[in-house]
Amino acid sequence: MNNMSSTPIAPPVKHRSPIAGPPWFRLVLITTSVLFIGMLIGLPVAAVFTEALRKGFDAYADSLQGEYAVAAIELTLIVAAIAVPFNLVFGIAASWAITKFEFAGKQLLITLIDLPFSVSPVISGLIYVLLFGANSALGEWLMAHDVQIVFAVPGLVIATIFVTFPFVARELIPLMQEQGTEEEEAAILLGATGWQLFFRVTLPNIKWALLYGVLLCNARAMGEFGAVSVVSGHIKGETNTIPLHVEILYNEYNFVAAFAVASILTLLALLTLLLKTLLESKFSSPTRKH
Amino acid sequence: MRKFREPSVLPGFGITLGITLSYLSLIVLLPLSGLFVSTAGVSFAEFWATVTSPRVMSAYRISFGASFIAAFINVFFGLIVTWVLVRYKFPGKRIMDAMVDLPFALPTAVAGIALTALYAPQGWVGRYFEPLGIKIAFTPIGITIALIFIGLPFVVRTVQPVLEDMNREYEEAAVSLGATRWQTFCRVILPELTPALMTGFAMALARALGEYGSVIFIAGNMPGVSEIIPLIIITKLEQYDYTGATSIAVVMLLASFLMLFAINLLQSWSRRRRDE
Amino acid sequence: MGIQVNDISKRFNNDFVALHNVSLDIKSGELIALLGPSGSGKTTLLRIIAGLEFADSGTVILDGQELRTKNAKERNVGFVFQHYALFKHMTVFQNVAFGLSVRPKAQRPSDQEIRRKVMDLLELIHLEAYHDRYPSQLSGGQRQRVALARALAVEPKVLLLDEPFGALDAKVRKELRRWMRRLHDDIHITSIFVTHDQEEAMEVADRVVVMSNGCIEQVGTPEQVYHHPVNGFVYDFLGNYNEFDGWKDKDGAVHLAETEIVEIPEETIVQASTQTGWLGRYPEISHVVNKVVPGLLPEKIAPVIVKKKKTIRRPPDATAVKLFTRPHEIFVSKVLDGDEYVTARVTHINPASALVKLELERPGGAILQAEIPKTVVDELNIKRGDMLYIRPKATRVFE
Repeated sequence: MNNMSSTPIAPPVKHRSPIAGPPWFRLVLITTSVLFIGMLIGLPVAAVFTEALRKGFDAYADSLQGEYAVAAIELTLIVAAIAVPFNLVFGIAASWAITKFEFAGKQLLITLIDLPFSVSPVISGLIYVLLFGANSALGEWLMAHDVQIVFAVPGLVIATIFVTFPFVARELIPLMQEQGTEEEEAAILLGATGWQLFFRVTLPNIKWALLYGVLLCNARAMGEFGAVSVVSGHIKGETNTIPLHVEILYNEYNFVAAFAVASILTLLALLTLLLKTLLESKFSSPTRKH
Repeated sequence: MRKFREPSVLPGFGITLGITLSYLSLIVLLPLSGLFVSTAGVSFAEFWATVTSPRVMSAYRISFGASFIAAFINVFFGLIVTWVLVRYKFPGKRIMDAMVDLPFALPTAVAGIALTALYAPQGWVGRYFEPLGIKIAFTPIGITIALIFIGLPFVVRTVQPVLEDMNREYEEAAVSLGATRWQTFCRVILPELTPALMTGFAMALARALGEYGSVIFIAGNMPGVSEIIPLIIITKLEQYDYTGATSIAVVMLLASFLMLFAINLLQSWSRRRRDE
Repeated sequence: MGIQVNDISKRFNNDFVALHNVSLDIKSGELIALLGPSGSGKTTLLRIIAGLEFADSGTVILDGQELRTKNAKERNVGFVFQHYALFKHMTVFQNVAFGLSVRPKAQRPSDQEIRRKVMDLLELIHLEAYHDRYPSQLSGGQRQRVALARALAVEPKVLLLDEPFGALDAKVRKELRRWMRRLHDDIHITSIFVTHDQEEAMEVADRVVVMSNGCIEQVGTPEQVYHHPVNGFVYDFLGNYNEFDGWKDKDGAVHLAETEIVEIPEETIVQASTQTGWLGRYPEISHVVNKVVPGLLPEKIAPVIVKKKKTIRRPPDATAVKLFTRPHEIFVSKVLDGDEYVTARVTHINPASALVKLELERPGGAILQAEIPKTVVDELNIKRGDMLYIRPKATRVFE
């Protein structure tokens, strides 16, 4: 037998890392955070579903199948289907120009791309009403040629493009800046054409960030309220997107229906976040973990 | 003279910058400048009378007041939440981390009606405050809560990377020199985080000033009591008072530009700090 | 103030053993280097002494006091971090003053006192003119000195330095370590520094502690560990070496196992020179003993008598051993002048230092490194492609 009993074991003194707080302090901070996030963010989400199902599942399903609800969902999908690809092309072009080249005025360009984020959604709508509305020169000309932009689908699309303008570029620029231009330069020296370069070298490096940008862009496009509200004209079945439909139902005191329609948007948001979390674990290589 | 651009072997500069600039001009710059052009016809006296009318003035007070308070609360709680997310391990941390982004992803109208349902006098939370004589929904308190909701992610997501990157050696150095944990926090950690906290504050504030969807349901929109600036713009538009709407919008837009400028300064300060 | 480290063990995440029953006795005023490869546990040991990390078992005794229950703040040790960890938002002055200014009111020196003390320290590190600069405005070497001054400001009982020169470039590194040696000679504070650079440890420390895999391999003066390494690890870690197959005879003497023999016709005449020995024109037969014919001028052709070598062959029952030798302990020759040798061809010559570095390839493909004085290389006229005889002047065997 080995002599297993010989080494005296020092009495276990529980040591913390010198910079970690005492346990009670951690507990207080964690509890505060959990309560704060739970109250501020968790409760509203729970409220949406509870209110939506207040009168049972049938009432919930009925609300979603209403004529105007279906029309609103269709319209929202159309708007997003135009706005998102538009901003995808813009986002890729802008981040390519900004991150792969050095030119004068670059910082200003980045700031201008971010501009729509700082503009109130109400003002984002207002500028198009002023530009295309009946009392502007362009508006009169459009009217004479029987083209309706404001209070019609094109207006909704343009306003949505405005508010979602920076999303894709914003995700791509920091990543592409970090990646630098070495790989692209190597590809050029190996004889790749511009498109080969993009599809075979750059795109594989940025695909997850790109997907994430598109997801966020899409979530905002489908959920935009303020800007769309200004340019919509609120014509039921014609220019009401899902968020606008929620407002109308709510103002008509049709709470169950309002929350039922809102629950679709909430699910969309939760799905976006889920995908985001999954994408992030793909993004972060083990070396970046700290 | 400085060259416009450095030479590069990579292709696509012309086309990508062309697309960028034309999109940017057509979608953003042109319509925005249209706003200023349309106020050109208004005399300054008329403009001034509109933007300083009593109802608008009280709306400024409410919008700016609620936004400032909300941004302050967000900095305080945002720092705690970020600290917990970065430094501690606990069950459910991933979920909490994801939930912080929900205000980004959740449509504002949905947030608006959900918050109203909670804080209305008969709501889940509101009913506990009603007997105490505290009204939350349809008062500036409600507006502030909605603005805290939408502003939180700005603070957390700005401070988080800075705290993650912060070298533990700073704290260890402070402790080995005899500083208490509180001294370490106040004199070493907090100064490091200040630029990021200020950036987060400014971003939350800028967003709150322009916020519409999440606020209008819970605000109750009583003129002089709980009416915010964006709502005044909409009301004027609905009354076909385009001049009035535009004038106030110009004031708001200038405020946004100012905020954007401040945020940019703060961010470059923050970046310099981190690069050193 | 001496430090006794007794039986320290530390595991991370319950499986990776960082330290295994480490004991160490450091005398007051000593300058000690903890030397080892990354993962050897040297930094962990330093952090345990500092109170930044805690041992699973064992004790650290500083100046007769057990430290287990004291946290980093109460230990009064100065710690210098590898990347300086200077506070970026504070000036040089504020950084150095930090430790004094965070003391409780009752123990805090007056502002003038702090000022005097900090300026004294800045004078010591020759940076008094930089007191109001920020760390970002200093060079790497200056930052490291500020970090040192900051640690010294609290008058620590011991000074601990984690890879203090690790982030500096080669020249500054050398300057700074000489400076640190002198500083230590002046102030005599018990100091421990961690390094993975054997040259640094040898040059600066009074004693070197060589560590690997969480254990101490050897403790000794630089001279002791370099010239009398206790095992293969220490020998390996302290410098480059060559390895030979060998064997041990019954008296305990070691021999090279690979002495090769080439048969050469006895009448062969080769070129010889009185000055240089073999000119090496016939390297393939050059293991002929040179016999200098008196009176002949250099470069004249002389007949040389070829003699067959006596070779000590390995007895079948002898123990096979590995023989180790440092590059500078290799003797090269173009002629055979001893019993035990191996042959190797010169594949690379690096003459850019006092000792010319030769890379040699043995017939089986094994690579040898040799460091030969430039004079010898010139004298033997060694060129790439030459075949040389290699004999280790000194060998070590680790069992």
